[in-house]
Formats: sequence, C-alpha cells, structure tokens
Amino acid sequence: MMEYDKLLSRSAAALKPSGIRRFFDIAAEMDDVISLGVGEPDFKTPWEIRRAGIESLEKGHTFYTANAGLAALRAEICNYLKRRFTLSYEPKTDVFVTVGGSEAIDLCIRATINPGEGEEVLIPEPCFVCYDPLTRMAGGVPVPIATRVEDGFRLTAAQLREHLTPKTKLLILPFPNNPTGAVMRRNHLEEIAEVLRGTDVLVLSDEIYAELTYGTERHVSFAELDGMQERTILVNGFSKTYAMTGWRLGYAAGPAPIIRQMIKLHQFAIMCAPTTSQYAAIEALKNCDEAIEAMRSEYDMRRRLVVDGFNRIGLSCFEPEGAFYVFPSIRSTGMTSNEFCMKLLEKERVAVVPGDALGASGEGHVRVSYSYSVKHLLEALKRIERFVKSLPSA
Amino acid sequence: MKEMDTGKLLKLVADDAQLSHAQLAVMLGVSEQEISDAIAGLEQKGIIRGYKALIDWDKTGHNLVSARIEIKVTPKATMGFEEIAYTISQFPEVETCYLMSGGYDLALTISGKTFKDIALFVAHRLAPLDAVQSTSTHFILKKYKERGLLMADAPRDEREVTSQ
Repeated sequence: MMEYDKLLSRSAAALKPSGIRRFFDIAAEMDDVISLGVGEPDFKTPWEIRRAGIESLEKGHTFYTANAGLAALRAEICNYLKRRFTLSYEPKTDVFVTVGGSEAIDLCIRATINPGEGEEVLIPEPCFVCYDPLTRMAGGVPVPIATRVEDGFRLTAAQLREHLTPKTKLLILPFPNNPTGAVMRRNHLEEIAEVLRGTDVLVLSDEIYAELTYGTERHVSFAELDGMQERTILVNGFSKTYAMTGWRLGYAAGPAPIIRQMIKLHQFAIMCAPTTSQYAAIEALKNCDEAIEAMRSEYDMRRRLVVDGFNRIGLSCFEPEGAFYVFPSIRSTGMTSNEFCMKLLEKERVAVVPGDALGASGEGHVRVSYSYSVKHLLEALKRIERFVKSLPSA
Repeated sequence: MKEMDTGKLLKLVADDAQLSHAQLAVMLGVSEQEISDAIAGLEQKGIIRGYKALIDWDKTGHNLVSARIEIKVTPKATMGFEEIAYTISQFPEVETCYLMSGGYDLALTISGKTFKDIALFVAHRLAPLDAVQSTSTHFILKKYKERGLLMADAPRDEREVTSQ
C-alpha cells in the first residue's frame, strides 16, 4: 500500500481547493438550479473566428508552432496593443502566446520569484483565485491587500505604501476586477505608479477584462503610464474579449529579459499554445472589433439591470464598471456569505458564489455573474427577491 | 440624463416585447417616463406595428398547415404591384406577403388547417385574380426558426463552473 500523503508535495497538498468549485459541486447535485456562477461569456465565439480555426484545420495546419507562438499572431498582438493602448512592443522579443491568461500569470510569478527567500507578492483582494496558490507554489509569500467598497474596490496608493517592504518583489494588478467589477482609471493608476517610481517592484497587470469596461472612458493599461512599461508584465488573452474561453489562448507582453525567462519555462512545460486557436486568434485581432463592441453593449445593459435589481431587493450593490460580475453586499441579512449562498441554493435553487471564496475580504458579499440572457437574469432576481423577503431580519 | 438610443430600444423590444418599461429604462440608463414616451411615439408613428406571441402550434392539438406561394403577376400601369399586393394581403390566411426580385414577383406564407384548405385558397382566391399569371405552392414541412427564435427547446447551458 502506497502512503500517498507522505509521497506528495507538501506545498501542493497544503493548497486549499478553490471555494468556487467546492460550492458548485454541491449545486451540481441538485435539480432545477439556476446558476449565476460561471465566469465566462455566454456568447459563442464570433463565427468568423470559428471559421478561421476550421480553415486552418482544413489546410492542415496541425503542427506545433514556434514556442513563443506564430509570428503573425505575435505581430497582430503588438498591433493591437499599439492601436488600443499606444504601447510599443517588439513582436520577436517582448511578447509570447500562452495557454490562457492563467499560464502567463503562473509563468510570470515563477520567472521572477526566488523560492524560499521570503519574496513578497502583493495581491489586492478580493480577486481571481489563482494568484495566491501560484505564488505559494513558486516559493513566494502572498501578501493580501484588502480593497474596500468605499474606495470602489480599487487599490489605493496609501494601501500600497503600507504593504511595501524591502522584500516586495511583485505587485499584481487585477483590474478590471473579478469579482468586484472594479476598474482603475488613469488617475487611480497614476497614484500607484507614483508610489512605485524609484523602486524595483515589478507589476503583473492582469488585464484580461480590458475590453469589458463600461462608461465613456476605455480601459487604460498600467504599462501606458510614464516609466511603467519597463517594470510591467502585461497579461491578456482571448477568452473574455472574444468569447474564446475553450480555445485556451492568452499572452504576456513585457520587458524582453523577463519574457525570455517566461518563454523558457513555457517551452519546457507547454511547448506551444494550441495551433488551431492561434490561427483563429489572428482573425479575432484583425477583424472583430465590431463583434467585441456588440457583446460589450449587451453586457452593459445586463449590468444596469442586475445592479438595479439588487439595489431594489435591498442588497446594496456597488456599481461595477468592468468585467461581467456584480458584487452585492449581503450584510443586511445578518448572514455570512456562505450561509446566504447555501440557504439561497436550498430554498430558491439559485447558485451564486460566496464572496469569501475570492479572498477573505470578500466576506459579506456574493459574486453574481451576468453573462446570462436577460430572461435568465430576471428569473434569478425574482427568486433572490422572494428569498430575501422571506428572511426574518430583512 | 443621456439622450436615449432609439435603435437600442427598438432592438430590445424586438427581441422581447415583454420587458417592462422600468426594466427597459434601467437597461438603457434613462427614466421610465422617457421609455413610455418613446414607445408611445414609436407606436403612433407606426414604427412599432404590434406585439404578438410566437407559438409553436406543433406542440398543440391545433392542426396547422403552412405553405409558401410564389406568384407571378401582371403589374398595373398606374399602380405597379401595389394594388395586387394589397388585395392579396387582405386575405386573413396570408401571414406574410413580400415583393421579390428574381424569378417571381410576390412571395406569400399562408396557413390553413389542412392541405385542402391551402389548395382551395390557391384555386379559389388567388388563381382567379386578373393580375395573377401563375402560382407555385411549396408546403412547409418543419419550422426550425421563426422570427429569429429557434423552434427547438433551448440547449442546455454547457458551461461548467470552473475555478473562474
């Protein structure tokens, strides 16, 4: 009999599994559950992108690509970053294609952290669940920074200054944010940049939701700010913007010496991102600006509907300006996030994500995805309202 | 408050006429009153022509047979196709009536309870009209999509909850 507990990596075994998964495993066992849980677009990939993928298969493009990705795709990524954010990157040395934004995040942390030396990674929370475990596995020390609803869930300069130490290696900037929908506008980013000027702190800017911001101002990349490109590893991808989650395609752009190390890890672990997806992505970057805009406009209408719905129900809801989540507070019910979600699931068969699954500071909130049809959202809101009204304390 | 985007409003109600004015107001970021006024105006101008439920009659006990009829007509010197198109549109059996380019002039969709109803309609109503030169009737076997809606049950949401 093998004693697996003794054989496994202690660090891997010590990682907590994702709280989102745990909760939805319970929901999956129940009938008639309507979910507001998924973190991916409900749109299918625009047809012309799918067609480009099919065509690449018809032509027999079924081989590995270069480790860093197709040259044509890297060139298109640089064109996009130039036209959209006025960022200049050299396709040959400053950018490479990954298996989703997640791989780029993992590689960035592993390429920069010296394991066991107590190097700190600053992680504004609540946030996407991967930064903390990936930092631990890379031998770094995750340092959570709790963002606050009164700051619009943005990272403030004061908070950053408070958490900077001589051990700080990397700051993660996950904006537009999953789960809060917070965005950082140019003036907010400028405050952060001002704190970092003159330090050696690197920034991993996870801008996967860059195209999903609402209002008149568009997303500003942290790398656009004066003197920040040299310290920023920009992570983006095709999943959210082009509704291409299943294609598994992302990229990282940054200073050549860092990208070179990341590509080295990528070539040993992954070889290259899926070839079909890379061909499809070229089409996405070249010809799909209109498709993005149509999806964005649809999300925007749903966002207003859902924010208004929660506020009417009496669950006060911060108005998100990005991504496709709302993050209402459920404190008025007197329950913890987990209790609220469990009871809502039992009584009304609606599944939402407990806020604390996305960092301790998410406690008191729930994450609701609005990447569902209006009809689905309205039915869910009706059930949530019935549930909240049935509570004695509400 | 921003100017309302009438195009967006029309698209929303064209997709789902059951959204309340309050819901439309929130989605478009304007007041409920503005939505009510805009919709009243659009109805009055005849831009919004009506609201109807889309029914899958195959799921009911109600018999319904539909056909597409292609018609060649002789246009009138003064009225062109207008007069005959108007005459044909008056029949309650006619669900759609379009003027077409190409090999024929008018395309109709008509429905009746039985095949015979449709045959009789063509023989007794359409064929005798002076302007009608010829008709060609195609029976509809199955409707897969109607006015932008799939006539099959919605596919299951195949998205799995991941660690996202």
